[in-house]
Amino acid sequence: MRSLFVLLAFVCSPAFAGETSSFDDLINLVHQDCGSCHGLTLKGGLGPDIRPDALSHYDVSTLSTVVLDGIPDTAMPPWRPLMSEADAKKIAEYLLHGDLK
Amino acid sequence: MKWLGSAFLAILMVTNLQAETIVSTGDLGLVVERANGSLLLVDQSERSSITRITGLGDLSHASLVYSPDQRFAYVFGRDGGLTKVDIIEKKIADRVVQSGNAIGGAISDDGTLVAVSNYEPGGVRIFDADTLDLVADIPTGSKTIGLVDAPGRRFVFTLWDEGETWIADLSSGEPKINKIKDMGRNPYDALITGDGRLYITGLFGEDGLTALDLWDPNPKPIRVLPKYGKGQQELPVYKMPHLEGWARAGREFVLPAVGHHQVLWIDGEDLSETGRTDTYGQPVFAMARPDGRQVWVNFAHPLNDTIQVIDTLTKKIVHEFKPGPAVLHMEFTPRGHEVWISVRDAGKVMIYDTRTFEKRGEIEAESPSGIFFTSRAHKTGL
Repeated sequence: MRSLFVLLAFVCSPAFAGETSSFDDLINLVHQDCGSCHGLTLKGGLGPDIRPDALSHYDVSTLSTVVLDGIPDTAMPPWRPLMSEADAKKIAEYLLHGDLK
Repeated sequence: MKWLGSAFLAILMVTNLQAETIVSTGDLGLVVERANGSLLLVDQSERSSITRITGLGDLSHASLVYSPDQRFAYVFGRDGGLTKVDIIEKKIADRVVQSGNAIGGAISDDGTLVAVSNYEPGGVRIFDADTLDLVADIPTGSKTIGLVDAPGRRFVFTLWDEGETWIADLSSGEPKINKIKDMGRNPYDALITGDGRLYITGLFGEDGLTALDLWDPNPKPIRVLPKYGKGQQELPVYKMPHLEGWARAGREFVLPAVGHHQVLWIDGEDLSETGRTDTYGQPVFAMARPDGRQVWVNFAHPLNDTIQVIDTLTKKIVHEFKPGPAVLHMEFTPRGHEVWISVRDAGKVMIYDTRTFEKRGEIEAESPSGIFFTSRAHKTGL
């Protein structure tokens, strides 16, 4: 029951699913929050390297699905509760083609 | 008369010079500024910053330990950099880049060896604390986590991929390694108790924790709370909890749960569960005030703007507040009268009284993360 409540709290909060975020906010999320496993510079930590060369076998659509649904039996969580599909697509594009800081 | 005046002036100058060169470090600390590769040297008593030390490389997820004389900090950067910082001279004393991707370190009980835990290539490297020369290289073939110092010139660390804990004994020079298998699936971090007896790893790949009794010459894995999440929906984990700031409150340990909005209470003697406290989010740090009367908890993204304070007698939340966006770390003053909190996206370290919960001050810092007071120099596991 508590899980359901938490999920509702996410959905009701304006910062989460359904909304699109500014590009700067998304870049900040990628480096700070994805970065807590993949490293601030995305070169890997507990999670793997996610710089463009390391992800070259992905296309945008597959990679945004990985972001949204996670990878079962690994530490990669589903981000769907926290972000819209449009934002996940932008993040995938940024990871594959973006000029990484 | 003129001579007397000059002599007086000379004495005055010498006195001033001495006053300038004596720096006591017992109430100083360093704040990691993660994005810019710098450290802020801070004064706990004055609640102020003294200076900024730059040029330390990638400090995301950086941590540091102190030499026994509280003069040097050894800073472990994510880029594999090991930097020795002289906090009296306020500058970098030495720096080596020892791997491609590091995740923390420890200093031996005698202060002569510094060990660094690496993701890439996986393993632990041990350096001379004076010269930063490589003393021993222990490849593990796995991402290595939970590195701590243990009494007897030992280091203990754990392999994320294999679920093994290794005890490296350097008391006779060459490392002697005792490998303990079956620690559990994907251990993500570990702690050692202040007496150096128990080493406890948290598990990501399964429920529970695994303990080792280091007083046993052949320690065996002891399962702790193997089913704590049973029957509950597991939540996605957006940030692995830390165990370094483990809390011992009286006879109990308080530890963050993984994938649940809870902290777990464990009996310090027989390691059985003694309770749970529901929290605002998934805990990242659960840290006891040094007297053990309170536990302060911060949370994972996206609930990382909040802190809850738990009273350890009742296990109930007695205070909740929002210091600001992205609360990353907390550090208590050695006797616990105040706590320093880094609020990354506010660009501030905030200081609170732990009894009245009133704010006592704040310090400007650039993306602050870890806060480390020099009092850690004299504690096992910190």
